[in-house]
Amino acid sequence: MGIKFSLLSVVALVLAVFLGVKAAGLTYFFGVVIPYIAIFTFIGGFTFRILKWARTPVPFSIPTTAGQQKSLPWIKHSKLDNPSTPAGVVGRMILEVLLFRSLFRNTKLEKYDGPKLAYQWEKWLWLFAILFHYSFLVIFVRHLRFFTEPVPGFVHALDSVDGMLQIGLPGLYISDLVFIAAVTFLFLRRVVIPQVRYISLPADYFPLFLLLALGLSGILMRYFTKVDILKVKELALGIVTFHPVIPEGIGVLFFIHLFLICTLFIYFPFSKLMHLGGVFLSPTRNMPNDSRIIRHINPWNYPVKTHTYEEYEDHFREKMIEAGLPVEKE
Amino acid sequence: MKMYNAKQIIPGLIIFLGLITFPLWYNMGKAAPVPQPKLDTPAIQKLAQKQCVLPAAQMRTEHMQILNDWRTQVVRFDKRVYVAPDGKEYNMSLQNECMKCHSNKTQFCDACHNYAGLKLNSTPYCWTCHIAPKENK
Repeated sequence: MGIKFSLLSVVALVLAVFLGVKAAGLTYFFGVVIPYIAIFTFIGGFTFRILKWARTPVPFSIPTTAGQQKSLPWIKHSKLDNPSTPAGVVGRMILEVLLFRSLFRNTKLEKYDGPKLAYQWEKWLWLFAILFHYSFLVIFVRHLRFFTEPVPGFVHALDSVDGMLQIGLPGLYISDLVFIAAVTFLFLRRVVIPQVRYISLPADYFPLFLLLALGLSGILMRYFTKVDILKVKELALGIVTFHPVIPEGIGVLFFIHLFLICTLFIYFPFSKLMHLGGVFLSPTRNMPNDSRIIRHINPWNYPVKTHTYEEYEDHFREKMIEAGLPVEKE
Repeated sequence: MKMYNAKQIIPGLIIFLGLITFPLWYNMGKAAPVPQPKLDTPAIQKLAQKQCVLPAAQMRTEHMQILNDWRTQVVRFDKRVYVAPDGKEYNMSLQNECMKCHSNKTQFCDACHNYAGLKLNSTPYCWTCHIAPKENK
């Protein structure tokens, strides 16, 4: 159900741009209007989501405790898996963001011989997740060659590392292969494993299909049916310098690729893809486990009216003395 | 509305927005005209019919694949004659055939390659083996 809906959505997007450019000739709409909508939706939406999260109070101290808490000096403290200081939190966050440490801890639960449980080694999700994210980052940075003039040195350097196999011309990029393989794995995982399939929603399948279509359209354009990349760069530079131009005679495949990436950017702030910013704002990850050192005050506590014993005694002192009750102050 | 941890979140957000808008501010105030590869070399001037191996539009998008195929044909199969779709025969050689007409590497090859971000010797790697033509500037 979710798969069909997501697949059909992506097919509909591709068809829409294909017909729009081929039949209706809406090159200005798909080449200029949509990209600007995408840029501003992404920047505005991303900022809005982050500020919305920043305004949300955290009522309790809820860091994930994945190791020994700081305790007595002779008990070994797990500084990165259960940080008690901001520096430890930064360390854990770096490992999480750059190396996906929490995913690396993933295990598989299995029953055997009736009621016995076993935890199995399961690193495939971690492996393909990290391959996917890094290959996407490389592809993203590589594309800067279309958006900058002169092209900065780090883009060239990355390009030559990514193309170091020197297979064919235009040279094969390692990141292209890795990207498609990783997205395919992440999709198959959702289809093949029954438990994962059960919890998968259209919001899970749609980004995967979108990324797959995006990758395939890019690969087709580079290695198979070519487009004139000088015109592509002219268009891309026109957008980022706010002097949009639509050069004549760019293939429709380019417009499909452009429309899919614009869809991704528009979809981004409203979807689970916001984990890009959300990972930094997760209270379970960004709080130090110092609840035995510093008292965490719930920010939404309202001022409670209290009546202490001293105030009570001040109020009733004379009556208490009259009745012969003991008082602390005479 | 009150913001929590604004001291960390606002700088982080600003850094992210700065990075993601890199192409928007990097190109500011820079004019980047689309390069026009120059075709007025003496050899081309002498040609009666100014025609490359294939039509210009096709050469523009597919020259790299043609050169790659030529290399395979020559190096692996010792086949040195290319028959164009119009029946004309060409010697499959970058230095002796392509560069005979297009002797202006810096104004022809490099003009577009630099613009498209293919600047390092590694991409395209023609000139790691072939000798670039000497040009009088």
